[in-house]
Amino acid sequence: MSTVLPDQFGHFGRFGGRFMPEALIAPLDELTQAWRDAMADREFTDEFERMLREYIGAPSLLYDATRLSDVAGARILLKREDLNHTGAHKIRNAIGQALLTKRMGKPRVIAETGAGQHGVATATACAYLGLECVVYMGEVDTERQALNVARMKLLGAEVISVKTGSRTLKDAINEALRDWVASVDKTHYILGTAAGSHPFPAMVRDFVRGIGDEAREQSLALLGKLPDAAVASVGGGSNAIGLFTAFIGDDDVKLYGVEPGGDGFETGRHAATISAGQVGVLHGARSFLLQDEDGQTIESHSISAGLDYPGVGPEHAWLAETGRATYRPITDAEAMEAFKLLSRTEGIIPAIESAHAVAGALDIAKELGPEATILVNLSGRGDKDMDTAATWFGLGGSDE
Amino acid sequence: MNDVVALGNAGVAIRKANDAGRGALVGYLPAGFPTYDGAVDGVKAMIDGGADVIELGLPYSDPVMDGVTIQRATEIARAGGLRTRDVLSTVEKLTAYSDVPVLVMTYWNPIERYGVDRFAADFAGVGGAGLITPDLIPDEGAEWIAAADKHELDKVFLVSPSSTDERIAMTTANCRGFVYATAVMGVTGARDKPSELAAPLVARVKAATGLPVGVGLGISNGDQAAGVAAFADAAIVGAALVKALQDGGPAGVRKLTEGLAEGVRREPRATVAR
Repeated sequence: MSTVLPDQFGHFGRFGGRFMPEALIAPLDELTQAWRDAMADREFTDEFERMLREYIGAPSLLYDATRLSDVAGARILLKREDLNHTGAHKIRNAIGQALLTKRMGKPRVIAETGAGQHGVATATACAYLGLECVVYMGEVDTERQALNVARMKLLGAEVISVKTGSRTLKDAINEALRDWVASVDKTHYILGTAAGSHPFPAMVRDFVRGIGDEAREQSLALLGKLPDAAVASVGGGSNAIGLFTAFIGDDDVKLYGVEPGGDGFETGRHAATISAGQVGVLHGARSFLLQDEDGQTIESHSISAGLDYPGVGPEHAWLAETGRATYRPITDAEAMEAFKLLSRTEGIIPAIESAHAVAGALDIAKELGPEATILVNLSGRGDKDMDTAATWFGLGGSDE
Repeated sequence: MNDVVALGNAGVAIRKANDAGRGALVGYLPAGFPTYDGAVDGVKAMIDGGADVIELGLPYSDPVMDGVTIQRATEIARAGGLRTRDVLSTVEKLTAYSDVPVLVMTYWNPIERYGVDRFAADFAGVGGAGLITPDLIPDEGAEWIAAADKHELDKVFLVSPSSTDERIAMTTANCRGFVYATAVMGVTGARDKPSELAAPLVARVKAATGLPVGVGLGISNGDQAAGVAAFADAAIVGAALVKALQDGGPAGVRKLTEGLAEGVRREPRATVAR
């Protein structure tokens, strides 16, 4: 009963909804119906679960991070989404929506990507299921994430470099929406996060909620009880909603979203959308977003490309406003310290996105004390971030 | 009596053209492009060239319904420092220049940020006629509908070839001024071929409402405008005028507008039964 929201129009309280061109409303209605039918169809959900198990490697491990816990001063459990096929939680959503695309009889998929993780996940799912795949990526991102561009191409996807606007993730979403308006009868848009117009926030939640469902069971098996807190990083918000959903009805489990604080929240150069607290409409939903006095979207800043987005999913806005979850910023520097700490204490190199959650957990551990058990979503692995890390820590060359 | 109210500001201008046996011409240019003054001159040229209704674009950072021509133009306007208040003062200059109704085409967030009722009041104060809202559907538009009603502004929502009859009925019931029918499934921008989807859509809209129906997306010359005027009450032209302003300045806009105005007058047209 923890997921009664959104209402039938996609509202989470005053957030969410459908702020979209009329041309897409009927297709969104059809998508909503197809998704609801699919989730009620045992054949579909069985197939989705089989793919998660046999192709993705779910359930991902729940790992008792004892050496990290010693440093943190509280018990830290890591949900190892970094061990999934393609290296992050994103594949759950991509595979779920790709399967739904097949069910709807559409042969073509489009997607947006920032760092390239969702693009790679979508290209992978399309290769696996035999769908045509086109990925929109801002020109700035295609340059700084050349390796992921090559991955997507190898997987058979077409990568289109977006040269308008700020040439980053938000513009890739704009361009994907423009494609979709013109192609919707044969194309499904696999949005990469739990944001955007209804039904995307709720549909993506359905496909990623396995993270928390698994972790809840695994916690009960390991601890005999639930953790005291669940922590996840929040960009658009899919890994966080994937973790939180299973625990929303458990009032004793505190929920923490960790936002990208960039150079520091007070500098204004960040992507901590909820912490900034300004409500508006972007990419089809009402939520918090980074905007100027005139309602023009402001560019976000984060060392983590996967969190570098000026909006956030509407359910997080609602969880923040109701107080069920709390959101706090972690700076680039704090995240990179946690990145190094987890690498050295546990031999796990996390994605910089996930390093934000680890850094947040270190602060939360101090607040909750040594008896606390804190569940952290380790949403992805750090291979993709090695260039950034090498530059940040000066790791080039030998130690001689 | 209801019809008179729903015709609002732009609807009266369109019906005046229709009563004269011709289609109306709605012309779009964004505020601030290529400069603040350049946009004012461009729109004045559109008015002088024979546009019946003006659609002034409010440049926005994330224009998902616009093709590359309008994207680039609005990026230039924003890079020039254009603010929402500058759009309002542009409207004021245009309504002082002529009686041609001036609607603003705007994505929703800038209005929400300004304050919906405050914008409606300030916009009505400078003589604005109404808003065209490409990413606001009536389902989410209660606040705007209330503000528009209070300040007697036109509410132009869009209908699309994909709209169900049920949605067309709901949407047109919430419109004042006219109904904006998008001729294609796609974004703004000039197209070579006329859309086969437009005429059936207009017929479906006319079955639901007595409001004038304007058709936009892809119309770029007098021949295409003539084709649209044969079945719709107004032809809406945007990207082609932006390109004309870019390439030929206000004189280029004037020339294209005159060609479009000739187009909507080409076919003799029955007056509208009311």
